[in-house]
Amino acid sequence: MPATQTTIIPTIGNHQFQLLERLTDACAVSGDEGAIRQIIMAELADIVDEAETDPLGNLLLIRRSQQQHPLRVMLAAHMDEVGLMLTARDGDGFFRFETIGGVNKSYLPGKLFRVGANRIPGVIGLNPFHLSEPSERQNSISIDSLRLDVGSENAGRVNPGDRAAFASCFTRMGPSLRAKALDNRVGVATLVELVRHAPPNIDLLAAFTVQEEIGGRGAQVAAYRLNPDIAMAIDCTPAYDFPSENGAKNTRYNSQLDAGPAIYIADRATLSDPRLVRHLIASAEQAGIPYQLRQPGGGGTDAGTIHLQRSGIPSISISVPGRYAHTPAGLIRIKDWENTLALLHTALSHLPSDLLATPR
Amino acid sequence: MINSLSSELIQLLKPPGLPGYENEIRSYLSTLWEPLTDVLEVSNLGSLHGVRLGRGPTPRPALLLAAHMDVIGLMTTMVDDSFLHFTSLGGIDRRILPGQAVMIHGRELLPGVIIQLPDYLNNDRKPASSRDFSNLRVDTGLPGRELNRLVRSGDLIVFDQQPFMLGDHLVGGSGLDNRASLAALTLCLKIIQKSRLHWDLWAVATVQEEISGAGAVTSAFEIEPTLAVAIDVTYGSGPGSPAHKTFPLEGGVTLGWGPDVHPALYSTFAELAEQLEIPYEMEVMPGRSGTDATVIQTSTTGVPTMVISIPIRYMHSPVEIVHMHDIVRAGRLLADFTTSLDAEFLPRLAWQP
Repeated sequence: MPATQTTIIPTIGNHQFQLLERLTDACAVSGDEGAIRQIIMAELADIVDEAETDPLGNLLLIRRSQQQHPLRVMLAAHMDEVGLMLTARDGDGFFRFETIGGVNKSYLPGKLFRVGANRIPGVIGLNPFHLSEPSERQNSISIDSLRLDVGSENAGRVNPGDRAAFASCFTRMGPSLRAKALDNRVGVATLVELVRHAPPNIDLLAAFTVQEEIGGRGAQVAAYRLNPDIAMAIDCTPAYDFPSENGAKNTRYNSQLDAGPAIYIADRATLSDPRLVRHLIASAEQAGIPYQLRQPGGGGTDAGTIHLQRSGIPSISISVPGRYAHTPAGLIRIKDWENTLALLHTALSHLPSDLLATPR
Repeated sequence: MINSLSSELIQLLKPPGLPGYENEIRSYLSTLWEPLTDVLEVSNLGSLHGVRLGRGPTPRPALLLAAHMDVIGLMTTMVDDSFLHFTSLGGIDRRILPGQAVMIHGRELLPGVIIQLPDYLNNDRKPASSRDFSNLRVDTGLPGRELNRLVRSGDLIVFDQQPFMLGDHLVGGSGLDNRASLAALTLCLKIIQKSRLHWDLWAVATVQEEISGAGAVTSAFEIEPTLAVAIDVTYGSGPGSPAHKTFPLEGGVTLGWGPDVHPALYSTFAELAEQLEIPYEMEVMPGRSGTDATVIQTSTTGVPTMVISIPIRYMHSPVEIVHMHDIVRAGRLLADFTTSLDAEFLPRLAWQP
């Protein structure tokens, strides 16, 4: 491998914005990721060397290296989003439901949803202000008391078992983007660009995974099948970078907007491989790309199941920081997305082929 | 007909009109009412008066049909770095706010989203659900310096929920309270466009109903109507709402009954509805109706008033729902009442000595 190589670092332009808009508008609650697979295939089918949808629905795309004995690098981005599943009819157009994944239930009432394959509109409402007691309004939301309402005319077009996703609200807001399901469509959009601009020094094994929000199930079997040397999960991690109400320092921000890609050292599910942590940090510093270290603590990504496959797969996660994940309207900075893409591309392009021979 | 009416209602939902700031909806409504009225005026507080002159001898009695055009919303109270604090204009349940897309009417129009701060950032460690708006913010995605340049305390925050259809007859969106009634009132004006009226008709789109009824009361003082009908929305039956206080969508209009309502007007409307085969229910209003009728009734020397309501589900949320049939029924009932008024009607309003 040459000591230095000139590569064109991919950037975010109109095509990428439009792709992310389509990806966030699509509904793909865990277990029903077909709409995202279609969009990705339309983007990449002509570029990849191999394409396969595995038994769980993961979309596996491979771009082969032009070099001898390249490192096999798995890049995972989950396609699914949190949402609802209808569980029972309860009257004329009303449905009981349960949540899929960590939906923030405070964000459910008063919102529009898309239900099932035909994207039937439905809403979750509340007893009106005028008819409720203050004590009722001060209770936390109980899922059991809510109903998804598709209206009497569409009641027959919707069935228990159908999934429901928040209706989309993709909007450019100055330096930011607002949309549902930025967790993890921004990761998917990033991985699409990495496949499009695959560094020639590695075998790029792209896994667009299913069912991450309910436990990284897709990534688990994708890692077994792809059998990579190294894996990186690309995701969107919460940025809780709010001012504290009493002026005290907010010490639990997890990640911050404007601070660049968030590199994981430890979360609930994974201790990142230190060699990969060092390589990502060094790559960022050499290229002058801002980065942040995600606060070690809770949370998890596809790396959680990937690194436990076979005899162990050195893994790491890198995320675009995003506010308000698992709600109808997340928010990211365009620059953080662009820097995440740039850092991954640079780090992969300069991945030493003997990285795994160095001590952890 | 329903298709074109629901498109018209959807158009009516688009212009904002927070209490006290009804310019955009008034302009739009003016274009609708201009061909349907003889005179179009704006009151001192901003209510729109559309007048159809009657043909009876002067002094002619005057009928006031009032529907408010303001919609609940939010107002900025502070710009705190890159987040906005806010208060409400009208009664709002905080539980519908987190995750709500909004438009901020600052020096520019800015999209934003309402968010709820995590519990661990709370001062008082009370759960978020028990708080008022104090742990809610608007995030515009702009950095603090930019936000401070563009937004000030007092700037309006409008729910940004596009209208939607649930099937062919249910329209959903923000502001059906009370744009559903304005659609009915506009339909009434269309139905009677070619009719000869004995009385003068004042169709009035009132301002500030969600705060005080300031528009209705001042227009009533100006017009000095002989009698008045407030057209508003009522509670549609739905999940979580008590059945005995709500009315089914597509079940027809409600006719108010109680001290806000003149009993002879109630009887007249009930008889008319039966003649027209328009389904209706009595809506018992033991105290204040909470509509424009309450303040119109006590204007000048007192005005006989009536309340007609259209049921909507999830009132005062961005996902209110109405059935188009109920709007059409309200419009027809108002039109028939208006054309039925003649010189013989007034004695019906006289109280027994």
